Amino acid sequence: MYPKPFHYHRAGTLEEAARLLDELGEDAKLLAGGQSLIPLMKFRLAAPDHLVDLNFIPELNFVREADSGIAVGALARHAQIGDALAAPQWAPLRDCAWGIADNQVRNRGTLVGSVAEADPSGDWVPVLSTFETRASIVGPAGGRELPLSELVLDAYTTALEPSEVIAEVCVAEPPASSGGAYVAFKRSAQVYASASAAVHLTLQHDACSRARIFLGCVGLTAIHAEQAERELLGQAPDGDGLQKAAEAAAAAADPQSDMRGSADFKRTLIRALVKEAVKRAAARCRGEVVEGGHIYG
Amino acid sequence: MAERVPSVHIEVTVNGKIYRRAVEPRMLLVDFIRDELGLTGTHVGCETSYCGACTVLLDGASVKSCTLFAVQADGAELTTVEGLAKNGELHPLQEAFSECHGLQCGYCTPGLLMSSHFLLSRNPHPSDGEIRKGIAGNLCRCTGYQNILAAVRLAAERLNVKHQQSDRE
Repeated sequence: MYPKPFHYHRAGTLEEAARLLDELGEDAKLLAGGQSLIPLMKFRLAAPDHLVDLNFIPELNFVREADSGIAVGALARHAQIGDALAAPQWAPLRDCAWGIADNQVRNRGTLVGSVAEADPSGDWVPVLSTFETRASIVGPAGGRELPLSELVLDAYTTALEPSEVIAEVCVAEPPASSGGAYVAFKRSAQVYASASAAVHLTLQHDACSRARIFLGCVGLTAIHAEQAERELLGQAPDGDGLQKAAEAAAAAADPQSDMRGSADFKRTLIRALVKEAVKRAAARCRGEVVEGGHIYG
Repeated sequence: MAERVPSVHIEVTVNGKIYRRAVEPRMLLVDFIRDELGLTGTHVGCETSYCGACTVLLDGASVKSCTLFAVQADGAELTTVEGLAKNGELHPLQEAFSECHGLQCGYCTPGLLMSSHFLLSRNPHPSDGEIRKGIAGNLCRCTGYQNILAAVRLAAERLNVKHQQSDRE
C-alpha cells in the first residue's frame, strides 16, 4: 500500500519550512509525527506532491516551562508530553496524552500536529480549550500568535495560511484552587474516541466559581458547552447542578451516527462523560490524586 | 506530476550494523527493512497502523514501521526482532513467549516482542494493567492475550533477577 510518489524536502529550520511551503505551493504538506498524514497518504485520501519534513529540526522537540505556563514545541510527541508534565495542574493534559492510541503512536504523534490537523475526533483540542491556549505561528513574512479558539475554525480547517507553520503551543497556568480532567470513551486503543469531555473547574467553599466544559467528537470542532458551565456556577459539583450540566452538555452536542455509535448513544455518553470529568476535576481541585485516562468499552 | 522523483540517500544502523541505501521518498520503513535489508522478521499486517505487527524500535522508542517513511529513519538506530537474540541465545522475552505459549500462529509475535521490549525498558516492574496498556497497540488473533501477559510477566521477573545479579557482580 503505497502513497503517490512525492518529492521529499528536509527543513533545517522553521523559517526554511515556511519558505519551502511558500515556494512549493498548496501541493506541499508538512510532515511531523505523520500518524494521521501517512495513513491518509497510503489510502490516497491525501496525495501531496511535496512533503516538508520537520523531524530533523531538533530544536522543535521540547516541553518547557514558559512565562506563567508551559510551551510545547512542534515536535513534542504525545508520550514525551505525558512524561514531562508531572505537576498536578497539568493532570488533564496527562489524561489526554496517555489516552491517545497506543505506545507506538504516542512515541511519534505530536500535539501540535493534532491541533493543526483539526480532526473533529482529535483529543487535544477539547482539553486545550479548557485552558488558555495560544499558538505561535511562523510564516514566510514573520510570526504571529493566535488563541486556540481563533486557530481551529471547522473540521480539518484552521486559520493557518498554506505557508504557515505552528512553532509551539503555549498553555497558561490555571488559576489557584482549580482542577480539570479529560475523559474519552473509546472502543479500542487504536481508534478515535466515540465521545469525550474536557472539564476545568475552580472551587471556592465547595461551590464552582468557574467552569470550562468542552466536548469532543460530537461536532465539527470541539463544542463549548456554555449552558452546562452556567448550570454549575455557584453550585456544588455534584447533585442537581451536575445533573443539569450533564443534560445541557448532551443538548449542546451535535453528534453524527457512524461506526463509533449512533447519535443517541453518543449523547448518552456525553451525559456520563461530563459527570465523570466533573467528578475527577472537583477531586483534583481539592488536591486529591485521581487516576485519569480514557474509558474503554 | 512526473512519476519519477529523486531518490534520497540514507544511512541507518539496524541491530548494530550500518546500512547505506538510496530510497524513493515514499518507501515505507517496513518495506525498507524487509525488501532492502532482507530482515523479514518484521511483519506487515494491516498496513494501516492498527495491528502493530511491524513494530520496531527507532532510537529506543517503539514505532509502527508501516507508518513511517524510510527517509525519516536517516541517521537513526533501529532494533528489529532479529536484534533481540545475542550470540545465539534467545532474549528472555523470546524464551518466555516460547515457554508460556504466548503465540500460536506467530504472525503478531515480532511486533509483540518489540512492544514488550519497549515496555520493560521504560517500566521494569509493570502491573498486569500496565502490561495490557503497553501492548494495546498490538493485535493477536490466536491467543486471547492471557499467555502473552504471562510471558511478559515472566520475562520481567527474569530480567529483574538478571539486573540484580549484574548489580551484585
